[in-house]
Amino acid sequence: MSILSKHKLIETNATLLLILSFLVVTIGGIVQIVPLFYLENTIEKVDGMRPYSPLELTGRDIYVREGCYVCHSQMIRPMRDEVERYGHYSLAAESMYDHPHQWGSKRTGPDLARVGGRYSDDWHIDHLRDPQSVVPESIMPKYGFLERTLLDAEHVQDLLETHAFVGVPYTDEMIQSAAADFRAQADPDSDYDDMLERYPGAQVRNFDGQPGISEADALIAYLQMLGTLVDFSTFTPDASR
Amino acid sequence: MSKVPPKQEGDPNTTGHSWDGIEEFDNPMPRWWLWTFYATIVWGVAYTIAYPAWPLVSSATAGLLGYSTRGEVAAEINAVEEANAGINAQLASAELTEISADATLNSYAVSSGAAVFRTWCAQCHGSGAAGFVGYPNLLDDDWLWGGDIEAIHTTIAHGIRNEEDPDARYSEMPAYGEIFEPEEITQVVNYVMSLSGDAFDPALAEPGAELFADNCAACHGDNGLGNVDLGAPNLADAIWLYGGDEETLTETVTYSRYGVMPPWTQRLTEAQIRAVALYVHQLGGGE
Repeated sequence: MSILSKHKLIETNATLLLILSFLVVTIGGIVQIVPLFYLENTIEKVDGMRPYSPLELTGRDIYVREGCYVCHSQMIRPMRDEVERYGHYSLAAESMYDHPHQWGSKRTGPDLARVGGRYSDDWHIDHLRDPQSVVPESIMPKYGFLERTLLDAEHVQDLLETHAFVGVPYTDEMIQSAAADFRAQADPDSDYDDMLERYPGAQVRNFDGQPGISEADALIAYLQMLGTLVDFSTFTPDASR
Repeated sequence: MSKVPPKQEGDPNTTGHSWDGIEEFDNPMPRWWLWTFYATIVWGVAYTIAYPAWPLVSSATAGLLGYSTRGEVAAEINAVEEANAGINAQLASAELTEISADATLNSYAVSSGAAVFRTWCAQCHGSGAAGFVGYPNLLDDDWLWGGDIEAIHTTIAHGIRNEEDPDARYSEMPAYGEIFEPEEITQVVNYVMSLSGDAFDPALAEPGAELFADNCAACHGDNGLGNVDLGAPNLADAIWLYGGDEETLTETVTYSRYGVMPPWTQRLTEAQIRAVALYVHQLGGGE
């Protein structure tokens, strides 16, 4: 125990103690921080994932603003009961364009990671207006004001720029045409081909069935996209992950 | 310096530190504690070797046991699917109309159909299948598209008015707001109310009868009894999907209604679709 017997040297030299303590904390910090620098390597490559369209991204902002994540998770865990109920377990790639991710930690309501396409737009409108009208046992509050709050795409370009700034691969073209794409996706009579080319698989509809683009349009566009981008009929997950 | 009592025989060793005459005993750790501590270290190292643990550049060490949560969930699901494979195959291939005669198959279908219903159907049709405004009640014997087992099976498999399935059931009532004058809508609404025994205005219903015969009877029938082949609802009973009061009927005639139901062939297996069809069929209204 010759090393331990020299402990007195450290304990009686405050500066040495400080330097050595700092070294220990640095090692601990590096172990935790360095893996984050190559985080992208650890996300398995999956076809179909794309940055969210301007309308979906706006809907996602509303989702965050209203605190949906407080009661709804977006994370299907690899367990049989969850897979049977909600669908294929979530992949890391499916939230790689989320800043921040919406995994959540509590399920007062059901998981929404694969809610896209599961209900009709009409159902979503009925349910947002008065959740108890379609699910009597629900305790979700009413969000009828969303369809009465119209959006004008004023800040959507800034929104895309911000997400590009934190690493979402929005191209300059996507950012320039953000407002036009925003309007095109909510209007089935518009010329939406360019928008679809930029955001493959985006659904073009008047989601709330009412004139104008409301917050409900954006939110439903986001919800109807959730979990639908990856085609699991052609994707086989790596079992070792 | 205070006085340090002289060391006595049997006193434990001290660390040699002395502060104002206070010395520190150098007692050994309790053995049980020390060995538990060493054991946890050994366990920790062994664990990181046996299970996935150490992060590498693009993945983590796999672990000698080959464990993965993904593998586990796949194995669990496979085990259940294998256990049910026989009866599911039987369910998927049996003649639809004859399943209810086979007690074992029927009881399996109805109970697994109940689970499918609560997972996939309850959000619109209600956990008790009683429906809501705009989402049909499945407990009664009033069917939009037919209530025998084959019709229910087709409806579930292909859905209604959806874009995903080319075989979806499709009917499109015109929005009469673009065809009729407002007073004509009031007249036809009053005639419809007369069919179902509601209070109505005979002066309005009389011209409404003619409008109905010319425009509505082709699908809803001369007496408004509906036609399940066309998805035209029966207007002569007291069951209404959206409501039978004058205001709601006016809205229905003016704008029409296009309720949708998703196709389930992409999400559910044939055995699951048959199971839930049998479950719905036995709820009370099955024909």
